Amino acid sequence: MSATGLAPAAPENVTIEPTSARIERRRQKSLAGAVRAPRLARFLAFLLGTVWLVIVLVPIYYMVLASFRTQGEYLTGNPWLPTGGLSLSSYSTVLSATGIAVDFRNSAILTLAAIVIVVLFSLGAAYRIVRRGSRFAAVSFRLILFGLAVPIQAIIIPIFIIVVKMHLYDTLIAVILAASASLIAVAVLLMVNYVRAIPVELFDAMTVDGAGEWTVFIRLVWPMARPVLAVVSIFAGLGAWNNFLLPLILTQSASTNVLPIGLYLVASTSQYGVDVPVVMAAVLLSVLPLVVLYFGLRRQFVQGLGGLAIR
Amino acid sequence: MATVSTALPKRRATVPVRKPGAARSRVLLFADIVGLSPTLLLYGLFIVIPVFFAIFLSFTSWNVVGPLRWVGFSNWSRFFSDQGAHHALLVTFELVALSWLVETPLAMALGLFIAGRQRYRAIYAAIYLLPLLLSTAGIALMWEGLFSPDFGGLAWFSFHLHISFLNQNWLGDPSITLYVVVVIIAWQFVPFHALIYQAGRRSIPRELDEAARVDGATIAQTFRYITLPQLRYTIVTSSMLIIVGSLTYFDIIFILTQGGPGDTTRVLSLYMYDSGFLQTEFGYASVLAVVLAVIGIAVALLLIRVTGFGRMDSGREGIS
Repeated sequence: MSATGLAPAAPENVTIEPTSARIERRRQKSLAGAVRAPRLARFLAFLLGTVWLVIVLVPIYYMVLASFRTQGEYLTGNPWLPTGGLSLSSYSTVLSATGIAVDFRNSAILTLAAIVIVVLFSLGAAYRIVRRGSRFAAVSFRLILFGLAVPIQAIIIPIFIIVVKMHLYDTLIAVILAASASLIAVAVLLMVNYVRAIPVELFDAMTVDGAGEWTVFIRLVWPMARPVLAVVSIFAGLGAWNNFLLPLILTQSASTNVLPIGLYLVASTSQYGVDVPVVMAAVLLSVLPLVVLYFGLRRQFVQGLGGLAIR
Repeated sequence: MATVSTALPKRRATVPVRKPGAARSRVLLFADIVGLSPTLLLYGLFIVIPVFFAIFLSFTSWNVVGPLRWVGFSNWSRFFSDQGAHHALLVTFELVALSWLVETPLAMALGLFIAGRQRYRAIYAAIYLLPLLLSTAGIALMWEGLFSPDFGGLAWFSFHLHISFLNQNWLGDPSITLYVVVVIIAWQFVPFHALIYQAGRRSIPRELDEAARVDGATIAQTFRYITLPQLRYTIVTSSMLIIVGSLTYFDIIFILTQGGPGDTTRVLSLYMYDSGFLQTEFGYASVLAVVLAVIGIAVALLLIRVTGFGRMDSGREGIS
């Protein structure tokens, strides 16, 4: 420290500084925080990061701006600057006319039901897998892991046929069950990793006190698993809310449309032609609940998204 | 009676169940069945049975309404002589290769960037993840608005700022549409892979960076000899997800191009959808589905094999 302070004009001084002092200083620096890259490297990193930030934000900005336009203004005005006044007319069009309220309700039902099913089923399964009570549990776990490799697109035809044969075609129940099934393997894996981390002594203490399997689940596993419940809920919720293929194949009528299908129809039907502002407003309304949740629960969201990495 | 307990699998020390007698192990088996059967039922009905059902269907001819006929290998021999299927495979491989080439370096660079502990980088990282909240349908519609040839945001630049390069028929010109699709998919998924690289970078032990610095390594050398080798499992994970993910990619293409213009973006999953749900040839569509699944699983296994991903113990070599 003092060497550079005394002779700022002669950087050579730094090199005659005793090696041990230099190492010590670096050690303290690294203990204090991140590894320091050279200034040029840090600037280039900043540049790259900012370029990507712009790439992420520009289309979103375009969409937000377009959604506050009327169709006429969108076609004639500058689409990149808020000139010529903003209007809420496309939002009122979406909310009143396109049946998006029904889509919204259906998506909410689908998402909540899928979260409840995935969370409860996978926690129960994970508890038994970690507990290793019988061979049955071990075999089940291997079976569930096998399914991680199967892409849902490859089995969509059999799923469609099974749903038709069960007389569940064009019902939300079909989408709820299929979406939950497609998410549950990853959920079990996340849960197993978490339940495994519960100290063995806690299980032992309860068993010695004569607690049954059910009591251990309710009094120990369920409360201890709270943090991972949020993570799995977000993972399952995102997967269900944004699912496109399953509702596309398994439903057809307006009363069972979910939001992604509704958006697709808004854009492709001649009823609105290419009314871009209405489409953009619909997209933004559909993502609004997620954005609000995201900024409230960012850490859990990041972990939940990490669950997608296992897929 | 004592033999019942020996039939139990060897338990590791994680969560031992105490001294299971015969009555106790019956209780445990019962608890296992109660705890696991909801998951297994759902999973069996919608994942396991469909896998075998798809293989079975590929040997039949069926349009759901009529009777199901066993046709042996005729669907399969049709696949081997079907030009449309071969083209779809080719487009799929192109999409996979381009996606990997575009997404991997970008995701790695951004992942290393957001692995830094600076506060502004945390804020950047939070914004990077926004595309992951949007549904694929929403993303497709957003880009459709931007790319629209007459009134889209890019067309505006070409008319008013005379950047004629931006005046393209982005989603209708056969020579560029596949690239446009790759760009949109990258916009959606690069942040997610950056997240994987961020976690990978942060799990590299601090000692390795310090050792490199003490030895006077340049930043390029540190990257080449420390960061890159230490990230190899992360690279495998991310690559596997990109490859398997884009093999089965469907949503964006279905909404934006429907496989067109012509069949320049007709990937295998879309070709399967058309064969099954438009032409109701479920037997032949099942052949395509099985091919899709087999390629996906083969690629995953190959990557694991080639890179020794399974041998986790070697991931920490040079430490301790």
